[in-house]
Amino acid sequence: MATETDAPAYRFDSVGEVRERLAQVDYLSDEGIAGIVYLADRLQKPILVEGPAGTGKTQLAKSVAEIAGARLIRLQCYEGLDESKALYEWNYKKQLLRIQASKADGEGNWDQIEEDIFSDDFLLTRPLLEAIRAEDPVVLLIDEVDRVEVETEALLLEILSDYQVSIPELGTIEARQIPMVFLTSNNTRELSEALKRRCLFLHIDYPDMERERQIVLTKVPGITESLADQVARIVRSIRQLELKKSPSVSETIDWARTLVLLGIGKVDAEVATSTINILLKYQTDIAKAVKEFSTESSAVSKAGLG
Amino acid sequence: MTDTHADVAVGEPILELLAGFIVELRQAGLPVSLTEHLDAMEAITHIPLEDRSAFKYALAATLVKNNAHWRSFETVFEVYFSLRGREYALNPDELGELPQELLDELEQMQGQGDGENNGAGGGDQLSPEELAEMLYQSLMRGDDSMMRAVARQSVKRFAGMEPGRPVGGTYYLYRTLRNLDLEGVMERLMQQARHDSPESLTPLEERLEHDEYEHRIDQLKKEIESEIRRRLVADRGVEAMAKTLRKPLPEDIDFMHASRDEMKMLRQAIYPLTRKLAVRLARKRRHGRKGPLDFRNTVRHSLSYGGVPAEPKFKYPRPHKPEIFVIADISGSVAAFARFTLHLVYAISNQFSKVRAFTFIDGIDEVTRFFEGTDDIVEAIHRVNTEADVVWVDGHSDYGHAFEIFWSKWGKDIGPKTTVLILGDARNNYHSSQSWVVKEIQHRARHVYWLNPEPKSYWDTGDSIVGEYGTHCDGTFECRNMRQLEKFVDNLV
Repeated sequence: MATETDAPAYRFDSVGEVRERLAQVDYLSDEGIAGIVYLADRLQKPILVEGPAGTGKTQLAKSVAEIAGARLIRLQCYEGLDESKALYEWNYKKQLLRIQASKADGEGNWDQIEEDIFSDDFLLTRPLLEAIRAEDPVVLLIDEVDRVEVETEALLLEILSDYQVSIPELGTIEARQIPMVFLTSNNTRELSEALKRRCLFLHIDYPDMERERQIVLTKVPGITESLADQVARIVRSIRQLELKKSPSVSETIDWARTLVLLGIGKVDAEVATSTINILLKYQTDIAKAVKEFSTESSAVSKAGLG
Repeated sequence: MTDTHADVAVGEPILELLAGFIVELRQAGLPVSLTEHLDAMEAITHIPLEDRSAFKYALAATLVKNNAHWRSFETVFEVYFSLRGREYALNPDELGELPQELLDELEQMQGQGDGENNGAGGGDQLSPEELAEMLYQSLMRGDDSMMRAVARQSVKRFAGMEPGRPVGGTYYLYRTLRNLDLEGVMERLMQQARHDSPESLTPLEERLEHDEYEHRIDQLKKEIESEIRRRLVADRGVEAMAKTLRKPLPEDIDFMHASRDEMKMLRQAIYPLTRKLAVRLARKRRHGRKGPLDFRNTVRHSLSYGGVPAEPKFKYPRPHKPEIFVIADISGSVAAFARFTLHLVYAISNQFSKVRAFTFIDGIDEVTRFFEGTDDIVEAIHRVNTEADVVWVDGHSDYGHAFEIFWSKWGKDIGPKTTVLILGDARNNYHSSQSWVVKEIQHRARHVYWLNPEPKSYWDTGDSIVGEYGTHCDGTFECRNMRQLEKFVDNLV
C-alpha cells in the first residue's frame, strides 16, 4: 500500500527496520515502541513517552538519535525553567558593549545600532531554538517535561505543532528540517490537553519476561543464558507483588551485574535474600519480597485461579 | 499532504468504521479531539492494515493519551476490530478445526492415534480427555497457536452460547472455565515440574515455576475471553456489544458498586493519584507566597553589603497546617470508600500537622496506632479492617451510638485547629441520630465536613439521615468516585 515515492525523505522504511536498527545499538524495543517511532517519523509528530522510572525512556531517544545518525539536543526540564533557558536569550552584555563601542567611535546612528544589536549575532540560542535552527539532522529530547509548571508548557506548543519559534525582534524562525522530538514524563502531574494533543503517546511499561531476559543478556557481559532467565523470572514475580516501588529495568541489570561479579551461577533463596537490596529500595518492600520467597508452597496453594 | 492517500489506500469502509470507533471511545469517556481523529486517520495510512497489532498501536498512540484509559480503549478496540485480520477470521467452516499438524503431534504424543481425526472438522471428534490433554500440553509448552486452538474448541464446546441473548459474555466465560478445571491442570503442571527437575525444587524455584504457569493460564483465559467476544460480536453486532461492555474509567468507578476487578484497578490507580496530589500540594505551598518587607532581616543582611540594603527580605506567610480527624464508617456498604479516603489522607499526611483516624460500625475505635511507625499504608488499612474494635452489639451501623462514644472519649481533643472529616452514608438503621454530637464538634472544631459516597439523589431516603447531620456541618459532599474524592482533598489543604 505504500505510495510514498513523492514524500519527503523518511528516516525509516518499515517498523521492522526500526526495530532491527535499535537492536543493533543495544536497545531492545518491542512492536509498540518501534511502531510508534516509525509513525512519529512518518507523521512528523513528537512522541510523548511516559512510564515508570528506569524503563529506558531517555535511552530510547538517545538510541534513536544514534541510529538516525543525528545529534541529540537535550533540554532537561525543572521547576522554574523559563524562556531564556529553554528557547533563546539576548546576549545582554554583548549588546551593551556594542552600544558603548559605537559611542566611543562617535557614530551615533541609533536606528542602525538598534538593528544591529537585535540581530543574530547577539542571540544566544538555547536547546529548543538550537534544534529548530540546526542544519544537520538532530533529535530533540525534552526530558521530564512534567517537572515544569503548566504555564511553561505553553512555551513548547509552538515548536511541537509547527516546528517554529517566534522571536518578536527577528520574526518567525522555521525549522530547516523537521527534527524528531521526544518528550519524557514520569507522570507526576497531568500534562495539559494542548500538549498531549500535539504528540503521539507512548507508554513504556516494564518489559515482559522474554524481553527483559534479552535485555539482561545484551547489557550484562558474561552472563549465562540460564542465569539471565532466572533473573528475569524472579523480577517478574517480584513485580507482581504490591510494592511501593517495583524494580526497574536498570535495577534488574544492576542486580544481574552483581550476580555475575559475585560469581554466582544459580540464584537460590539465600542469594536472592542477600542481594535483593539492589532490586528494591524500601525496607518494607524488601521485607515483603523476602517473606514471599521464603515461605514454602503456601504461596502456591493459596494462588487464586478462579 | 496525505489526505489523498488516505482515501485511496484506506477507502471508505475503514474510515467509517474508525468514525464509529471514535464515537464509542467518547461514549466510554475518553477525551478524543477532532485533531486526534484526523491524526489517527493519517496514521493508519502509513501502516499495513492487515497487521492487526500495528493497527492497534497506531490508533492507541494517536487517540489514547493517558495510560489509565488503555483498558477502556482495548475493550472497545477488541469489539470493533475483533473480526478483522486473517488469523482471527470467523469462518464457520474452519471454526473449531484444529491445525492438522497439531493433531498429528497429539496422536504421536499419546501413541494411540485412532485415525478418525483426519479431514475437516477433526476437532469436533476430540474426546473431552483429548481436549484436556491438549490443554495441558499447550500450557506446558506455552505454545500460542495451540492455546488459541484449545480456547476456540473449548468455547465451542462448553460455553453453550445462545444466539441473540443480550449479554456481555461473563457467564459464558464462567461456564467454559468451570469445565476446563484449570486448578486441576495447574496442580498437574506443578507436579510435572517437580518431577522433571533433577533435585527437589526449592521454594523459590517452585514459586517461579508457579508464576510462569499462572502467566500462561492467564493468557489462555484471555484467548477464551476474546473468542467469546468475537462470537458475541458476530452474533449481536458491533454497536450493541460495545454498549454492553462499556466500562467506566478508573477515576469514574463508583466506590459503592465496584466489582472485584474494578477494586483492583482502583487500588492500582490510587498510587499515582496520591503521588500527583502530594507533588501538586507541595508546589502550591511553595508558590504564591507574597509577604511584606521584613525590615529587621533586610537591615541585618545589608551589613554584608556595607550597609546597602541590596538584598531585600520579606516576611513570607507560613500557612498553617491543619490537624485532621477522620471519622469513618467501615460497615460493609461503605468500607471501600473509607479505605480509599484513609489511604489518600495518610498518603498526604505531611500536609497536615497531625492526622488521627477513628473507625466505627456501631462501636468506635481509634486506629491511628496502626498507621504510626509504618510507611506501608496498605498494610495499616488491612490491620484496621481486621483488628480494630468497632462492633458493639450487632455490627449494623449505628451512627448515634458511635458519635456518643466518640464525644465522651475524644471530644476534648478537638480544638480550633482541627478539621473533622466524617465519612459515611448516614444510613443509621433507624437508631437515634444523636446529632447534637456533630453540633458540639462543629462548635469546637475549625471545620466539619461530611463525605457521602452515595449519589445525591439517594440522600435522605429510607434510613439515610445525612440531611439532619448535614445541618451541623460546614459542608456535605458527594464522593462517589476517585475524581470527586481527589477534588475534595485538593480543596481541603
